[in-house]
Amino acid sequence: MESVEHEDTKANAPSVIDRYYTRWYRADMKGKPCEDHCILQHSNRICVITLAETHPILQNGRTIKCINYQISNGCSRLKNKVSGKSKRGGQFLTDFAPLCRITCTDETEYTIYSCIRGRLLEVNENILETPNLLLEKPSTEGYIAVILPKFEESKSITENLLNRDEFENIISKRSSAQSQPS
Amino acid sequence: MLPLKEKDKPIIQKLLSAGCCARCILRFCCVSVQAAYRKPPEVRLILCRQLQGKKDCEYLSSYLGNVYPPNKRAKLETSITDAQSEEGAAAVVKLKDGDSRVCVVCLGILQELCGTTQAVKAVKAGNYEFDTLVLSVSLPAQLCVREHSCWLHVKKEVREKGLVLNKDDVIQVKEAFKWIMQGMVAKELGGTAVVTKVSPFEVSVEFTHSETDADCHFLAATCPDCFKPTKNKQVRKQTEHYPCPPKQPTSSCSPQEVQCLRVSVFVAGRYNKFCRSLPQTPWVIDGERRMESSVEELIAAPILSAFRADGFNFSSSGREDVDVRTLGNGRPFAMELLNPHKSRFSKEQMKQLQETINQSSDKIKVRDLQIVTREAMSRMKEGEEEKTKSYTALVWTQKPIQREDISFIDDIKDLTLDQKTPLRVLHRRALAVRQRAIHSMSTRFLDSHHFYLRLKTQAGTYIKEFVHGDFGRTNPNLCQLLKTNTDILELDVESVDVDWPPPVPE
Repeated sequence: MESVEHEDTKANAPSVIDRYYTRWYRADMKGKPCEDHCILQHSNRICVITLAETHPILQNGRTIKCINYQISNGCSRLKNKVSGKSKRGGQFLTDFAPLCRITCTDETEYTIYSCIRGRLLEVNENILETPNLLLEKPSTEGYIAVILPKFEESKSITENLLNRDEFENIISKRSSAQSQPS
Repeated sequence: MLPLKEKDKPIIQKLLSAGCCARCILRFCCVSVQAAYRKPPEVRLILCRQLQGKKDCEYLSSYLGNVYPPNKRAKLETSITDAQSEEGAAAVVKLKDGDSRVCVVCLGILQELCGTTQAVKAVKAGNYEFDTLVLSVSLPAQLCVREHSCWLHVKKEVREKGLVLNKDDVIQVKEAFKWIMQGMVAKELGGTAVVTKVSPFEVSVEFTHSETDADCHFLAATCPDCFKPTKNKQVRKQTEHYPCPPKQPTSSCSPQEVQCLRVSVFVAGRYNKFCRSLPQTPWVIDGERRMESSVEELIAAPILSAFRADGFNFSSSGREDVDVRTLGNGRPFAMELLNPHKSRFSKEQMKQLQETINQSSDKIKVRDLQIVTREAMSRMKEGEEEKTKSYTALVWTQKPIQREDISFIDDIKDLTLDQKTPLRVLHRRALAVRQRAIHSMSTRFLDSHHFYLRLKTQAGTYIKEFVHGDFGRTNPNLCQLLKTNTDILELDVESVDVDWPPPVPE
């Protein structure tokens, strides 16, 4: 094998996400300030729903009390079951379909939303056992759900989403708004 | 001599007047001597001879009336009355096939025999290499209907005379046709053995006759449900719904197409892949090629042209990603070559072909190239699921490491992983959890953020996902073992532990 050039100790080699996924964002989901979601779209059109680093759950040292995938009396995302190559049976979600409700120890409650249209493939059960994953690695092991958009819609779903630059724009506007004298 | 007997006379007479050709008459007389069908002049000559006496000549005249156009008839009738002499009978013989009317049963298939010329032409044009060939004939369905109708027509007459004509004893049109064709084709193709049952080379002649396609329609009307199974089951209904004997067609049945098909040949070997931007199969999306060439195409091109095959099916014992190299002995593969026009290759020639492939590109290399049987393909596929594979991965770690930090990995044996279908393939595979084993690993320290990881794993293990964890969907994974983020920068397949195909000595 060829040898690799030495990289900086704090190397920032492009990660798996950088190589294969595009980051999209939805800010202030359902009008709630800063409840930002990050959608990781793989080149094969599969999307992973995660919390953006600006989400309130990840701020101010919050800890998680419980995560509930039972979003209504008749519907639990845990019961989602897909079968076969065409993923039949998966719950179909629209942009504002709730995925789960997270309650923090300081009694604040947050709903995480789908953000895109598509078929729910799986929700992350690891965070039920280890909620810390969500806090420590929100972009990888702490993901919320995996959604498969319809083939015809795989490009159009990003029309309502912000790309990285647009998102950073919004974040910087927020900080400047905060630093303005009231 | 034709084995026609006295008892055949009523059949002959009835069929002659119905408009059957000479060969069909022979069939209904259950003549199973192949030679009798092959030579048309003799057939008619002998038929003429059989019909002796004035009464017989009347029948012959009516046969002529049905079979030959009016202007020829007058000439013939005079010669027939002198039919006792050799010349008289010979006069009948001289009339060419093209003058006769189309037989009501075989629709001219047993009269003009143009299928043979076409078949020979097709075989020669294809420039095939073969020792034997087998003929197959496809006839339009209405022949069944017409045959049955004639049989009913004759059966009544026969019974009245106290005789029996079993439908099973009647020679089939297909059989008679093949008897004639086999002899003629063998002669034209210079001594090729035309076998009856099995040969790797098949020449198929397909006949169609749109003019009489409607003959079958009554069957659909009578019994729409059971139209498919056996048309013969519609016995009783046939006489009601279909004319007996059948109506005379105006045009002859023509061969639609002659297809030559040589049975597939299988070529196997092992391939190495030295390029990190070469897909296994052509990568085309929306008609646009995304990446140049492919393993499959590079290997297939020289083989396809050497065997002069129409197409191929490529399969291998598993496969690697675009960016993964295949080193060591290589990965077993097998190709089915479709309709190879040339199929005989010596060991020397195969070695030469292997060399040609290897010279054609530095991205791949093949070894142990050989011809194998179809059954052997299953040996290769068993490797895909059962055998072990070895890899080398170049791993990056987020936290700085030292030699001691990774040495424990060498001692891990038979680590069982639970791998959910990786997200990168989830769009085309079912969602499932697969248990796979990593039998052993060894490490080679490179620098504070890199090391080489050698693995020996069960078939079907996703190496990349073991290294980076795939969002925690593969457990355990290397990130957890090393307690840091890890990623895979390069992957090589070192060996595919399948002992097939057998090695070819250099």
